[in-house]
Amino acid sequence: MEEKITTRRKVLIGMTTAVGAVGASFAVVPFVASWNPSAKAKAVGGPVKVDVSKMQVGQKIQVAWRKQPVFVIRHSKAALDSLSKVESKLDDPNSLKIEEPYRDVNPTRSTSDEYTVIAGVCTHLGCAPKYYPEMESQPWDESWVGGFFCPCHGSMFDIVGRVFKGVPAPTNLKVPPHYFDGSILTIGEERGAA
Amino acid sequence: MTQKSSGFFNWINDRLPIVNTYERHLSKHPVPKKVNFWYMFGALASVVLIIQIVSGIWLMFGYENTEEGAFASIEYIMRDIEYGWVIRYMHTTGASMFFAVVYLHMFRGLLYGSYHKPRELVWVFGMTIYLVMMAEGFLGYVLPYGQMSYWGAQVIISLFGAIPYIGESLEIWVRGDYYISGATISRFFALHVVALPLILIALVFMHLVALHEVGAGNPEGVDIEKHLDEDGVPLDSVPFFPYKVLNALVAIGIFGIVFSIIMFFFPEGGGYMLELANFEEANPLSTPEHIAPVWYYSPYYAMLRAVPDKLGGLVVMGAAIAILFVVPWLDRSKAASIRYKGILSKIAMTIFIISWLMLAWLGTVPVTALRTTLSIIGTIIYFAFFLLMPIYTSIEKTKPVPERL
Repeated sequence: MEEKITTRRKVLIGMTTAVGAVGASFAVVPFVASWNPSAKAKAVGGPVKVDVSKMQVGQKIQVAWRKQPVFVIRHSKAALDSLSKVESKLDDPNSLKIEEPYRDVNPTRSTSDEYTVIAGVCTHLGCAPKYYPEMESQPWDESWVGGFFCPCHGSMFDIVGRVFKGVPAPTNLKVPPHYFDGSILTIGEERGAA
Repeated sequence: MTQKSSGFFNWINDRLPIVNTYERHLSKHPVPKKVNFWYMFGALASVVLIIQIVSGIWLMFGYENTEEGAFASIEYIMRDIEYGWVIRYMHTTGASMFFAVVYLHMFRGLLYGSYHKPRELVWVFGMTIYLVMMAEGFLGYVLPYGQMSYWGAQVIISLFGAIPYIGESLEIWVRGDYYISGATISRFFALHVVALPLILIALVFMHLVALHEVGAGNPEGVDIEKHLDEDGVPLDSVPFFPYKVLNALVAIGIFGIVFSIIMFFFPEGGGYMLELANFEEANPLSTPEHIAPVWYYSPYYAMLRAVPDKLGGLVVMGAAIAILFVVPWLDRSKAASIRYKGILSKIAMTIFIISWLMLAWLGTVPVTALRTTLSIIGTIIYFAFFLLMPIYTSIEKTKPVPERL
């Protein structure tokens, strides 16, 4: 009799605990979910437009999308032709490790054969890499062939944002959704979207 | 039992054990009779904790936790609020001094083996305090929303991105936005001023309760509990009041002088305590030329940079802190204090100090190929010191530890 009561108590305590645990985990949901971006934060950050016709060949401009830098670079023919030469230094020349939105369209990685459009957010820890287009010896690399260098932790990318081997950044710089309408570049959405 | 000095205290003590607690943990608490200056930093840490809480509350009177207002509100505190600059510099100097004192306190622990049986839990609670302090310091650093606040936070939050699969969404969840915005600042503010201080105070309480249960150590590593008088009080101890209290007051006096000199004359600490780039408002589009953490994180930042892999860097940095927690179980030496340990421990300790200081310097300067190599060497030495500890502390010959202090 005594044993039966003890067993019954154990079962009841166990069941109550289980129900309580389920309830507690549901109670956690609003606390966790409230940290997600609010409706307001989601609404801000629509696409941005920029006229790229006035850019010089070799020039890099910076556009803000979602308050993050996006780099637009107008490449010379010679620069694009030299892209294949650096491939031996690159970790992932064909962007196979990431979702590449415009794969195999242009060597620029964008939808244009002249302009590169890449997120200026280092894939390591989020700094904005700096553009050093000249082919000259640099403190971080004696045989620098031109490209992006992240001052924070020394990650290196080529002129279209492909990551070098042996640097902290794990992947190539991301290509944001974009399209060209003549010389008007829209960053933040695909053609025909919205 | 307790001396009943007056009816009033008598009445209180029968309902709330205030006199007993006071005597047990303060006035009559036995402490080793011979300690040195290294044993003052714990007391100093509690002084800084109080300074931080008080100056922090006063800063909140003027601070605004919004994207638009944060930076301007710091200038408002500095320029428009009477003596606001003192309050702010007290808090920023206090942050650096908190770490300085805690690092010295931790080093004392390593030097004299304060974590040896039965003080393992005291050490573990202490390490947890250090961990929470690092988070607390980081959160506070973001609040002014200057350039270094922004980019420092960008780097630290991006660390979450290194975690496989969930990393990227975790980053957004922590920020509450696609960049470090007002949403991030207001949650960091709440954590910095309420959540973490509560945890910190609770941990300090546990650290002290655990310490008072087992008693303080001493530079000789002598177990004073072995020789007790007829009341069960260690023969080699003195009561906390007045001996330890008067000692501590001298230490607090000297500390106050140092603190004031820094606060009034060098509040920026040459750019290591308040970084010059942070006197500019956050600009999400432009990374400063050189991002360096404040000095108290720099050794770990150097380790992060030493590893040419995102996840690897995070793991190494995390492991560098985590390994400190298990030191009580890595040290197999019969002697607690460095004074009675063998030559291997002394060599290891010396190399460790040099490499830690080197890492601290490397974490504050821009990367070059040579410095990366040095960071890698420093990181290896850091881990070797701890991972090889079970070996060199057990094979070396220790000197006999005296019976009495």
